Amino acid sequence: MHYSAITLARNALTGHRNWGPMWKDAQPKPAYDVVIVGGGGHGLATAYYLAKNHGVKNIAVLEKAWIGGGNTGRNTTIVRSNYFLPESSAFYEFSVKLYEKLSSELNYNIMFSQRGMITLAHSRHDEETLRRSYNAMSLNGVDCEWLHPEQVFERMPLYNRGGRYPIRAGLNQPRAGSVRHDAVAWGYARAASDLGVDIIQNCEVTGFLGGDGKVTGVKTNRGEISAGKVCLSVAGHTSQIADKAGLKLPISSYALQAFVSEPVKPVFDTVVLSPATGVYLSQTDKGELVIGGALDLYPSYAQRGNFHTVEGVVAGMLEMFPAFSRLRLMRQWAGIVDVVRDSSPILGPCPVENLYLNCGFGTGGFKAIPAGGWTMAHTLATGEVHPLIKPFALDRFTTGALIDEAAAAGIAH
Amino acid sequence: MLLIKCPFCGPRDETEFRCGGQSHITRPGPHDVVADAEWGAYLYTRENPKGWHFERWLHAGGCRQWFNMARHTVTHEIRQIYAIGEPAPTIGEGS
Amino acid sequence: MKQNLRHEVGGNIDRSQPIRFRFDGRDYTGFAGDTLASALLANGVRVTGRSFKYHRPRGLMAAGFEEANTIVQLGSGSRTVPNLRATQIELSEGLDAKAVNCWPNARFDIFSLFRLFKPFWPAGFYYKTFMAPNWKIWEPAIRHGAGLGVSPRSADPDVYEKQHASVDVIVVGAGPSGLAAAIAAGESGATVMLLDDKPELGGSCLYELGAIEGDPAIVWKERQLKVLATMANVKILTRTTAFGYYDHNHLLANELLPGNGKDSRQRLWKIRGRQIILATGALERPMVFPNNDRPGVMLAGAALQYLHRFGVLTGKRVIIATNNDSAYEVAVELRRAGVDVALIADTRDVGYSSVATRVRSMGVEVASRTTPTDTIGTNGLCKVELHQVDAEGRALPGTARLLAADTLLVSGGWNPTVHLFSQSGGSLRFDDGQKAFVPDRYVQSGVLVGAAAGIDKRDAAVATAREAGANAGGKNISKPAASSSVNVGQTFWSVDVTTLGRNSAKAWVDLASDSTESDLRLAARENFISVELFKRYTTTGMMTDQGKTSNVNAIGILGSVLAKKPGDVGTTRFRPPFNPITFGSIAGRNVDNFYRPLRRLSAHESHVALGAKMEDYGAWLRPAYYPQAGEAEVATLRREVLAVRERGGLLDYSPLGKILVSGPDAAKFLQRVYVNNVQTLKVGQCRYGLMLGEDGIVKDDGVLTRWSDESFVVGTTSGMADRIVDWLEEWLQCEWLDLDVTVESVSTQWATMMVAGPKSRELLQRLGSDIDLSSEALPHMWAREGSIAGVPLRIARVSFTGELGFEVSVPWSHGRSLWDALVSIGKEFGMIPFGLESLLLMRVEKGFLHVGSDTDGLTQPQDVGFAAVIEKKKEDFIGRRSTMTPDARRLDRRQLVGLEPVDGRTFLPLGAHIVGEDFKAPPVLSQGWVTSSVQSPTLGRPVAMGLVERGLERMGQQVQIYDGGKLIAARITRNAFYDPEGERLRT
Repeated sequence: MHYSAITLARNALTGHRNWGPMWKDAQPKPAYDVVIVGGGGHGLATAYYLAKNHGVKNIAVLEKAWIGGGNTGRNTTIVRSNYFLPESSAFYEFSVKLYEKLSSELNYNIMFSQRGMITLAHSRHDEETLRRSYNAMSLNGVDCEWLHPEQVFERMPLYNRGGRYPIRAGLNQPRAGSVRHDAVAWGYARAASDLGVDIIQNCEVTGFLGGDGKVTGVKTNRGEISAGKVCLSVAGHTSQIADKAGLKLPISSYALQAFVSEPVKPVFDTVVLSPATGVYLSQTDKGELVIGGALDLYPSYAQRGNFHTVEGVVAGMLEMFPAFSRLRLMRQWAGIVDVVRDSSPILGPCPVENLYLNCGFGTGGFKAIPAGGWTMAHTLATGEVHPLIKPFALDRFTTGALIDEAAAAGIAH
Repeated sequence: MLLIKCPFCGPRDETEFRCGGQSHITRPGPHDVVADAEWGAYLYTRENPKGWHFERWLHAGGCRQWFNMARHTVTHEIRQIYAIGEPAPTIGEGS
Repeated sequence: MKQNLRHEVGGNIDRSQPIRFRFDGRDYTGFAGDTLASALLANGVRVTGRSFKYHRPRGLMAAGFEEANTIVQLGSGSRTVPNLRATQIELSEGLDAKAVNCWPNARFDIFSLFRLFKPFWPAGFYYKTFMAPNWKIWEPAIRHGAGLGVSPRSADPDVYEKQHASVDVIVVGAGPSGLAAAIAAGESGATVMLLDDKPELGGSCLYELGAIEGDPAIVWKERQLKVLATMANVKILTRTTAFGYYDHNHLLANELLPGNGKDSRQRLWKIRGRQIILATGALERPMVFPNNDRPGVMLAGAALQYLHRFGVLTGKRVIIATNNDSAYEVAVELRRAGVDVALIADTRDVGYSSVATRVRSMGVEVASRTTPTDTIGTNGLCKVELHQVDAEGRALPGTARLLAADTLLVSGGWNPTVHLFSQSGGSLRFDDGQKAFVPDRYVQSGVLVGAAAGIDKRDAAVATAREAGANAGGKNISKPAASSSVNVGQTFWSVDVTTLGRNSAKAWVDLASDSTESDLRLAARENFISVELFKRYTTTGMMTDQGKTSNVNAIGILGSVLAKKPGDVGTTRFRPPFNPITFGSIAGRNVDNFYRPLRRLSAHESHVALGAKMEDYGAWLRPAYYPQAGEAEVATLRREVLAVRERGGLLDYSPLGKILVSGPDAAKFLQRVYVNNVQTLKVGQCRYGLMLGEDGIVKDDGVLTRWSDESFVVGTTSGMADRIVDWLEEWLQCEWLDLDVTVESVSTQWATMMVAGPKSRELLQRLGSDIDLSSEALPHMWAREGSIAGVPLRIARVSFTGELGFEVSVPWSHGRSLWDALVSIGKEFGMIPFGLESLLLMRVEKGFLHVGSDTDGLTQPQDVGFAAVIEKKKEDFIGRRSTMTPDARRLDRRQLVGLEPVDGRTFLPLGAHIVGEDFKAPPVLSQGWVTSSVQSPTLGRPVAMGLVERGLERMGQQVQIYDGGKLIAARITRNAFYDPEGERLRT
C-alpha cells in the first residue's frame, strides 16, 4: 500500500483496520542466491538494493531477534559526512545523499532532520586541526561553513561563554542532521519485502555450510540454508559469526552508550560535537536531548553501560550548557559496536570464498546504512568490489594502508 | 562499575584501573624476519570472544602494576586474576 | 479556596500548618505533609494536565512515581524544573507549578483542538506522511508541538554532591518487607543501608492499615522503627530513590536535600553492597476500556494512599472496577470514611466469596462479570457505563448500566516492581497465577522480597524478607518464590467493545505517551509483533514514566491479539534510571573549576605578576606571551622573539615530561624504545629522539639524557608526559619481564626554566652555580649536575629556539625562586620572559619538528626525516616492523617540508591544503596540508612547514595553497629557514 496523507485519511474512515503488514515474515527456504546475516539497517538496505538495483530475486535476510534491534535502534541517529580523508568523505557523502532522498525512495518517512552539525574548536590547536578539516571537506566537495565564535553562539545561545572551554571556531555541515533511526530499518524492510526479499526474524545463524576456505550456506536454529553468497552485517557480533567460518578479524566489541533527557520544548536546534569534552548533543523532534560520548573502556557484549561513563559525559555537557543542569536523565542504553584500529569499516570479500563482510563501523555505522547497503549490493551482485569501498578492504590490516580518520583530523567518530 | 581485586591493593572500583585489552599475545620478531601478515595479525587481530576473555589490566590509580584477568564479556563476572607471564587459566562452565 | 475533598480526619499531614501554593495560575491552600498532588485533589482540582499527543484533559491517576498525567513545570527563572510529577513534589509555601504542554492552562487548552485529528493520527502515522514536498516543511510545527516542559535558560544556581558507600546489605524500599529485612540484617551484625524514596518510612504500612503479624500496620511499623533507631549499623536514607543497579552489585541512588540555596540540592549515592535486597513493592495496573483516561479515573490503590497518607477523598461517589481482590480493601476503607461507594464491578464471578460478602455487608453492591465500557463527562467523570463481560472480555450487548459517579477506581492487577532487578541482568518470567512478570533467573548477589517478589500476603512477605535479611551476611541467600494468595483470576487484558459495535480507539494503554488499544492492534496488524518493535512503533512505554503502568498491559493485549501468552510475547529490558535523575546530580561537583582542573606552574604567581597571558595547554595553565599594556598578540610575539634572538629570554618549561629510567638494563630497554641509537650515548650526553607506537606512527619526541651508566631521563612533550610513563611501564611489565629497569615520572619533581639567547651563558654564570658552563666543559647536547645555594641543580645545553640555550632544573619547590632570580638578573642583560607562543614561533623559524602539529596519526619517522637514522640502526625497536609494510614504503607518502609564499609576503594559513598547479575547483585530491606557519619576525617574511605528498623529491617545486576557497602560490623548500647550519647553537 502506498503511503500518503490521502491513504492515511482513507484508512481513518475505516478505523485503520485495513493496513497490511509493513513487511512479511517469511519462512526460510532451503536455498537462496544471497543470504544476508543480520536484519539491521545495513543488512536490510543491502537486500533492498540487491533486489532494486540488480534484480536479484532470491534473497534472504536472517535476523536472530527482531529487525533493527541492534545498533540501528541504539545510536544517537546522527547522519553526517564531515570527513577528512577523501576515501571516507566520498563514501559517507554518498550515504548522506542517499539519505536525503530515502523517504521518497522508500515511500516511508525517515524524518531526516537536516539541522546541521557543528564541530567545535576550543583551543589554538583545535582551531588548527579544525581548519585543516574545513579545507579537506571543501576539497572533497562537501559543502561546509566556517563559523566564528559569534556565529556559533547564535546557533547555540545557551553555550557557556565564560567556561573552561571557550569557543574559537566552529565547523558546520549544514546538510548533516539526525534521522528517525527505527524508521530506516522499517522502511528498508517494507521496500525489500515488497520486492520479494524474505525477511526472517528469530533465525539465528549457528554455523556455516562448506569448508576448505569456502562457504556454501549457513546453519541456523531453523535449519540449514544453502546460499550462493553470504554477507555478514552483524556489527558487534561479527567476530562471533566469522569465527564459525574460521576467520579471525581485527575487531574488538565495546559497549557504546547514549542517553536521553526527558522531553522539553525546543531548546537546541543543531547537532554539536566537542572533540575536547568528547560530548555530542542534539534534540529530537520529540524534545529529548540525545547525548553521546565515550566508549566503555573494555570489551563487552553486554548491552548495558556503566554509570561513570555517563557521569563524565554529563559533566562535559553541563560545562558547555550549564542551563541543562536541572533537566533529567530519562533513559540510558548501550549498543555493541565493532571497533577496528582505524575506525573505518571493513567492506567487501574476505579470504573465505563466497563470504562478504560489512562490519567495523564501530560507533559510526548508522549514517552509513544506505551507502553500505548500496555498495555491498553492488559487490555481491556483480562480483566486482564497488569503487567507493575498495579502500575499505580487509587486507589493509596487512599492508598497513589504514584509513585513520580520527588520527588524520583529530575528529572523533 | 566493576569491583576489581587488585592482587596488590585489594578490591577497588573499576575507575582506578585501565584495561589493556587481550593478553597472551606474543610479539613476533625481530623485525627483519617477520612477514607482513604475521605482523598485521599481531597488531590488529583479536579473539574478541563473547564469553571468557583473558585480558590485562593496570591499576593505574593505585600501585601501577599490571595483572591478568579472566572476565566474562557478557556478565562481566571476574573469575580469576593472575600474574602477567602466567598462562591463561581454564575456565569451567558457568555464566 | 476550600479544601472540599479533605477528609476531616486522618493522614500524616499537619493541619495546623496551612501552606499556600499556586497551580496553573490559581491560588490554593494545602497542609504541611501534602504532596502537590494530594493538595490539588483536596482542593477538587480535576484537570491537572493535558495528554502528550491529543491534548485530552487528564487528572491524577496515581499517588507515586508512576503518575502519568500530572506533569508540571515547577517554579520559574534559573531554578525552574520541567516535567516533575505532582505526586513526587512535597508541598512548600509559595510553590508555583503549571501543567506542561498546554496553553494557557490545563483547564482550557487551546491545543485540545488536536483531539479532532485523532482519527488521522494513529500510531506511527508520521512514517506514512509528511513526505511531500519534504520533511523540512512539516518538522518545525511538529517540533514545537512535542516536548513537555521548558528548559531553564540560565546556569543552575544550585550545587550537587556525591557520596560513596560500601556496606554488607542494601535494602531498597522501607515498606513492611524492607523494614523486616533491614532489621534482620542489622541484627545479624551486618552494615546496612535502607533507602526509601518517600519522606517517611513505612511504605504500604502508611495506607494499608490491616494487620501485620497480628498488629495494625501502623503499630507494627512504629515498633520496627523503634528497633531500627537503636541500630548504629543501619543507615537510613529517606527521599532517596534507587535508580540504577549496575555491575558487581553497584547501586546508584539519588537523595533529595532541602535545597535551601546554600546546601546541595541533591546527593548522588554510589553504593556497593555485598547483598542487595529489593523490597520495591508492586505497581497497580490500570484497566483498559474506552475513555479510561477521563479525569476522575484513578488507580484504586492510589485512592487508599490519598485517604490514609493525606486525609483526602478522591471523590464523593465512587465506582470501583477490578479483576482482583485488592480493590475490596479500598471499598471498605472509603466506605468507612463515609464515601458513597456505588458499585464494585468485578470481571470475575465473585459470588459469595468472603471479600464480596464483606463489602456487601457494608452496603456496597458487587456486580460479577462486569466491567466499565465507557465513561462520560466533559472535564471530569460524571457517569460510568458498565457491561457484563464473558471470560474473553467481550462486552455482552443488552447488559448496559449507566451509573453516576465522580470517581472510578480501577485495579487491573499488580506488577512486582522488578525494574532494578531487570537492570541487574536478572530475567523475568510470566506467572500465570499472578498474571504478572516475576523474577526468574538472578545474575547478581541480590534478592527480591515481598510484593516485589510476587508475594502478596503480608505476613508471608515479611517472613521471607526477614529470612533474606538475616542471611544476607552469608554468601548465598535463598530467593523466595512468588506466591499468590489473592485470587487474581484475570482472564482478559482489555474489554472488547466490538460486540457493541464500537472500537477501542479511545481505550488508553499508555496515558503518558498517549497510545491506545487500537494503536497496539494497528501495530500488530502491521507486523510489529515483537515486543521491542511494537513498543517503538506505538511509543508505548517511551515517555517519562518509561511505561510503569502501561508495559504489562500492552504486552498482555499484544498477547491476546496474537493468541500468545504474555510470557511468550516477552518483556523489554528495563533500562536505568528507574526514575528520571537530575543531570546536575549526575555531574555533582565535577563542574566549573572542578571540571578538568588546570595544573599550575610553581612560578604561576610570578607569571601573573609579570602580566602573562595564561592559557590552557594540555591542562597546564601556561604563559602564552607577556603583553605590555595595549599591545596586540602579534606585536608581543615579535618583540619577544627579537629579544630572544638578539639578547635572550626566559621561559617556564616545567610541564615538559621527565621520566627517570634506571636499572642495569636501562640502556638495553631504551634501545628498544627509541628510533635512535641509544647505546652510543655517553654519560652526560643528550640526544634528540623519536618514539613510535607499535603501529610505526610517531608517538612522541624529546631529549634523552644519560646521567649514569644505568640512569637516563627521558624527555617528553608536556601533553604526552603521563601517557609515555604508562606506556613504558606496560612494555616492561607485560612484554619484557626479563629486563631489570625501573620507570618513574619526575615531571613535577623538577621545575625547568629555559634560558635562551646569545646572553644566556652570561646570565647563568651571574646566577652562580658549581657547574662550568664554558663551551668546552658543556658542549651543545650535553648536561651537568651540580648545586646552587645547597639546592640540587641540573643544566642541559639544549635548544628549541635555535639560539644558544640551557634548560635549568631545580626541585619543584624552588622553581619560583629560580624563575624570579633569572628574571631579575636577566634584566641586566636585556633578557625578558617569553611565552610558549613565541617559543613555538621560533621553532618554526628554525624548522624544528613539533610532534602533534607537524605529525598526525598517520606520520611515520621516514616522513619527518628519520629514514637515515633507522637505516643505521641494526636492532629492532618498537614500531620498526610497521615502517616496513607496503604502505610504509609507498613513494607517495606525505613528507615534512618547508613552504614559502612565492611572493615572499603572503601568509600561508595553518590548516590550508596543498593542491597542484592545475587546480581548478573541488572535488580534488589534497596533496597535503600546512602544519606550522608563522610570520617570522626574524626573517621578516612568512615561513611554513607542511606534510606534502612526495615532498622531498619535489623540493623547489611550485604548488598552490588552498584555504577557504582562496589560493596562494607557494614553493616547497627545506624546512630550515633560520640559521640552517646551526652555528648559533654552538657558540
